[in-house]
Amino acid sequence: MTEYTSDEMMSVAAARALGDGMSCFVGIGLPSTAANLARRGHAPNLTLIYESGCLGAKPTRLPLSIGDGELADTADAVVSVPEVFNYWLQPGRIDVGFLGAAQLDKFGNINTTVIGPDYTDPRVRLPGAGGAPEIAASCREVFVVLRQSTRTFVEKVDFVTSFGHGTGKGDRERLGLPGAGPTLVVTDLGLLRPDPGTAELTLTELHPGVEVGQVVEATGWKLKVSGDLGVTPAPTEAELRILRDLKRASA
Amino acid sequence: MAELLSLKEAVARLVRDGDTVALEGFTHLIPVAAGHEIIRQRRTGLTLVRMTPDIVYDQLIGAGCASKLIFSWGGNPGVGSLHRFRDAVQHAWPVPLEIEEHSHAGMANRYVAGASGLPFAVLRGYTGTDLPSRTDTIKPITCPFTGERLAAVPALNPDVTIVHAQRADRSGTVQVWGITGVQKEAVLAAKRSLVTVEEIVDELEPRPGAIVLPSWAVTAVAEVPGGAKPSYAAGYYERDNDAYQAWDEIGRDRESFTRWLDELTGVKA
Repeated sequence: MTEYTSDEMMSVAAARALGDGMSCFVGIGLPSTAANLARRGHAPNLTLIYESGCLGAKPTRLPLSIGDGELADTADAVVSVPEVFNYWLQPGRIDVGFLGAAQLDKFGNINTTVIGPDYTDPRVRLPGAGGAPEIAASCREVFVVLRQSTRTFVEKVDFVTSFGHGTGKGDRERLGLPGAGPTLVVTDLGLLRPDPGTAELTLTELHPGVEVGQVVEATGWKLKVSGDLGVTPAPTEAELRILRDLKRASA
Repeated sequence: MAELLSLKEAVARLVRDGDTVALEGFTHLIPVAAGHEIIRQRRTGLTLVRMTPDIVYDQLIGAGCASKLIFSWGGNPGVGSLHRFRDAVQHAWPVPLEIEEHSHAGMANRYVAGASGLPFAVLRGYTGTDLPSRTDTIKPITCPFTGERLAAVPALNPDVTIVHAQRADRSGTVQVWGITGVQKEAVLAAKRSLVTVEEIVDELEPRPGAIVLPSWAVTAVAEVPGGAKPSYAAGYYERDNDAYQAWDEIGRDRESFTRWLDELTGVKA
């Protein structure tokens, strides 16, 4: 059995969530790693859409930015930024929005704007919204990938940059948001899914070798654990090979 | 008809203190050389507009050119934070920086409204987020036909928009291809526009997927080979990812940034 890191486990688990033939609006960083791993592995017909206007990008290495030349050169079509948001994202044509986050709360709301209680005098100023608010609103569902710690997994985000499930079940419907919102959160420790009754993020799978207590410790709210807790299959040799090849090609 | 000018003269004539200035280019074709010329000419009090302020905006902000930033994502793509931007927002260094923040969809639509000569744009956006409570330029609007609640954002009409393109002909007609971002909308939305180009050619050969900005829609064109570096120009040069990574160190503290700035502006240490 090949050794692997918890980050590799996270990327592999995130990639597996993407089905072949789906369309995916890809955020940069961890989501892009996972989406490219999926397309090079079990989902060769996964359509990758980047907010720079690249529809159907097929990069051979991981892009550093959402607008690397490689994405445009390999895309089925390159459209303008107004077009990618207005014609492709907004009408609900895209299956999955794949996002990262600086902070995530127990209802899957995402913060990438400011850390600290005061917006006008932030403890840390983060990059901001980018495409995420509308990706989170309009894709049929949303996957989030980020490393789990009490710093990132908080009871309530300091700023709602992208709306998840608000304060619980039914908030999205009340606001008229078209997509289902976050249905899966992939971390370096396991998988979380919204509880069908309350929409609160609940631990549903552990990665191999991870204890429930570790995940509880790394969560800034009283984490609920599914009664039917599963274990993620370890990365296969093939998955690790593809992931490492992608990383090597990008280094 | 667009005038063919040197970069120095174009910036001197088009960009004035206190102007609202947009430098666009979505990762690709970022008009970095023009941004540096604005720093050299020591413009101040600018309202800078850009969907994705990255390192050239970090430099403009650190140099004290800007008093306000209108944007949707401010970071060093794939690397991390913009330290000069953070320092300005968190500590008002070197001058206070007011911010007006949107999402990409909101910014793109604001340029579309500006280019269309409309007062505002409408989109299905911002719903449930904290952005409307912090940004005055996001308002709810009800569709008069369906009753759907949507977001309205006002048009962006910069005093000057600056973009970089691959080439122009001698009449100043501009051809740009690859990722074209919001460049066309940003140019058409602006009162004045400057396009820096990799080269000026006798005749523009057609290119698949290229857009054309007719000479009469552009104020000035300046030939600036390499003018988008360290971003890239499809067909000319690739993105210098190392330079983006190196900026993280330079921009991180005020001293190393100031050394960089002195070198750019020719100030002897």
